[in-house]
Amino acid sequence: MTVVYQKSKGLTDVELHYCPGCHHGIAHKLIAETLEEMNAIDTAVGVCPVGCSVFADKYFSCDMFNAAHGRAPAVATAIKRTHPDQPVFTYQGDGDLASIGAAEIVHAAARGEKITTIFINNAIYGMTGGQMAPTTLIGQKTTTSPLGRTVEQAGMPMRMAEMLSTLDGVAYAERVCLTDIPNLNKAKKAIKKAFQLQMEGAGFTFVEILSTCPTNWGFSPLDANKWLKENMVPYYPLGVVKDVTKEVAK
Amino acid sequence: MQREICIAGFGGQGALAIGKSIIEAGNEEGLHVTWTPSYGPEMRGGTANCSVVVSDEPIGSPVFEHPTELIVMNLPSLLKFEPKVVENGLVLVNSSVVTQKVSREDLTAYYIPCVEIADELGNQKVANMVMTGAYVAATHAVKPETVEEMIKEMFTGRKAKLVPMNIEAFHRGMECIK
Amino acid sequence: MAKKELWKGNEAMAEAAIRAGCDAYFGYPITPQSEIPEYMSLHMPQEGRVFLQAESEVATINYLYGAGGSGKRVMTSSSSLGVSLMQEGLSWLSGAEVPCVLLNCMRGGPGLGTIQPGQADYYQMTRGGASGDHHFVCLAPGNMQEAVDMIQESFDIADQYRNPCLIVVDGLIGQMMEPIEWHEVKKRDLPPKTWAADGRKGRAEHNVIKTIFVEPEDDNEFNEHLARKFEEMKKNEVRYEKTQCDDAEIVIVAYGTPARVSLSVVRKLRAQGVKVGLFRPQTIWPYPEEALHEVAAQDSVKRILCVEMSEGQMIDDVRLSVEGQKPIDFYGKAGGVVPTVEEIAEQVEKAVKEAVR
Repeated sequence: MTVVYQKSKGLTDVELHYCPGCHHGIAHKLIAETLEEMNAIDTAVGVCPVGCSVFADKYFSCDMFNAAHGRAPAVATAIKRTHPDQPVFTYQGDGDLASIGAAEIVHAAARGEKITTIFINNAIYGMTGGQMAPTTLIGQKTTTSPLGRTVEQAGMPMRMAEMLSTLDGVAYAERVCLTDIPNLNKAKKAIKKAFQLQMEGAGFTFVEILSTCPTNWGFSPLDANKWLKENMVPYYPLGVVKDVTKEVAK
Repeated sequence: MQREICIAGFGGQGALAIGKSIIEAGNEEGLHVTWTPSYGPEMRGGTANCSVVVSDEPIGSPVFEHPTELIVMNLPSLLKFEPKVVENGLVLVNSSVVTQKVSREDLTAYYIPCVEIADELGNQKVANMVMTGAYVAATHAVKPETVEEMIKEMFTGRKAKLVPMNIEAFHRGMECIK
Repeated sequence: MAKKELWKGNEAMAEAAIRAGCDAYFGYPITPQSEIPEYMSLHMPQEGRVFLQAESEVATINYLYGAGGSGKRVMTSSSSLGVSLMQEGLSWLSGAEVPCVLLNCMRGGPGLGTIQPGQADYYQMTRGGASGDHHFVCLAPGNMQEAVDMIQESFDIADQYRNPCLIVVDGLIGQMMEPIEWHEVKKRDLPPKTWAADGRKGRAEHNVIKTIFVEPEDDNEFNEHLARKFEEMKKNEVRYEKTQCDDAEIVIVAYGTPARVSLSVVRKLRAQGVKVGLFRPQTIWPYPEEALHEVAAQDSVKRILCVEMSEGQMIDDVRLSVEGQKPIDFYGKAGGVVPTVEEIAEQVEKAVKEAVR
């Protein structure tokens, strides 16, 4: 019998708790596969946040931390500084990274911490029940912007990949999505590149994953994918935002 | 015996350094010593004073209300601390800056032209060492040789050339006490 | 006897941490303790260890969570309002059972207050401002020698209980200079950190550092485990010093700098024939309840005088310990003012008169 597909060893056997159609599971899989391919399950340390992925420590089979809300980059920094030869990553949502943890992510990036941050941007607070996030789109209805987000009330949504890329410490930043196989493959490549550059000591590496939240958006999984492509991608363009290896090549 | 010394002046006049010289020499001689700065947000030019205790017994409180000895480098310090000195206490005044005299008659007062002497030696920075010399001569709190050794240890390498000037300043300060 | 070395308090405390094997120091500048990060920034890298100036105290305590949770000996220091910003993180460290050492060089409050020495963080340190049931061994050294000895031990205490250990000093101890001796502090027998999340490295299961529970019963069970640990700390870690309490009529209770000042008061008044003693807690959590209770129970003792550099916080523990056996007086100076020998002596004399009445 030929094995054509199997679950990555980077994941445990614990069943994921995520809602149907949510992209967290796919994002987990891509990270787990990357760790396995890099032979890093035995050395990696991951830091998951407060948010929907608060239980991610149960799913990844490497050593894990669950950090206080927004502080994953600080926790990861300290792990990396005291274990400089091991891969260290954070896995954070938009409320965690762009709102309450804005200071920690900016300073980790500014210092060029040799860690990888996987940023799940689904334009909403998932775990607490669909409140407005810093990345919620203008006009998007949430439980705390029931008539739709306005610029007057909340300003414009934050483009974290672009914002962080202005910092010299950032070696690599790319925005990807997981709506179809070609994009999924691109996302996998981006995650792998981020980990590789981390291990080469290039600097801070960042992959922003545009993700769906069918439950809180109020769509079916397929409609959520469609909404992401039609609404999020125009405001959050996909692709490499920064790559110091390319800049050097130029 | 326990000496409780208040040393005060503008920041940069060396009040804290005089205190450190006294405790370093005291520690060298096996005495119990404490040095407590009144630390303020001002880094330069403000009021800087320190409380020094030198004792032959373990020290309780490192701070005190009534100094047995007062060293003042400027006028505001004299005005502020003179009333607090214990009866029959000692006051050393930097007369290069403070033209006013000590008003209490019970106090023993010496007037040391620290800055003039330092100028004569070619460096105003040694004014505090002049005052240290005067203090040692006036109190015999520590032996002069101990301070001289300390100066030699303090300035080494490229700074070793500063040793003779500091020792000279220390001696000139001692000579002010008659 | 080894020659005593003159050190500035903050620098000596930093050096003590290095000698205790501190692997990583993280901190944010704040007066009156900034000499600690300054000292660490030069000396930790020289020892091949980690120093990082944090972007905030909020981040700082989370650095400790990361480095401590991955098995390293970690420390930070701050002052009063800076420590307030670390409260959430302290709760996490306690909940994840991550050992760390936090030194609070206290100043006057509330808010920005003053940079002069204070003790108004007694509640913050012994009761805490963060969520959940947690306690920390709070070592409260009374002078520099005790501070450097206790800091060297604090890392072992943290590791032994897998719990943060706090050093509580007032700004005066940090700022003053005094001769100290470097003692070989007795090392405790510590278990290996098999729980650390530092990469599996062949381990069958992954290690996870976290505080979350889904089932209330599980969290309850964990809290019971913590409670047993706190009982162990209470049993093993209580420290105090009694000075001339045996025949005392008035007993001063004070810690830190006020205890030092009170020691001078005891000497001064004893020379005048006043029967006064000093009871000095060296740990403010666990509090030396039983020992103070026994002192208060002595026939000779007429009144207790609690002296603090606050408007009265430790007095709660004094009351809980004395349990109404004897009247308790209070004298406090707050906002950065250090009570003087004369002031405390006057309070003792007042208490003597009250006792006679």
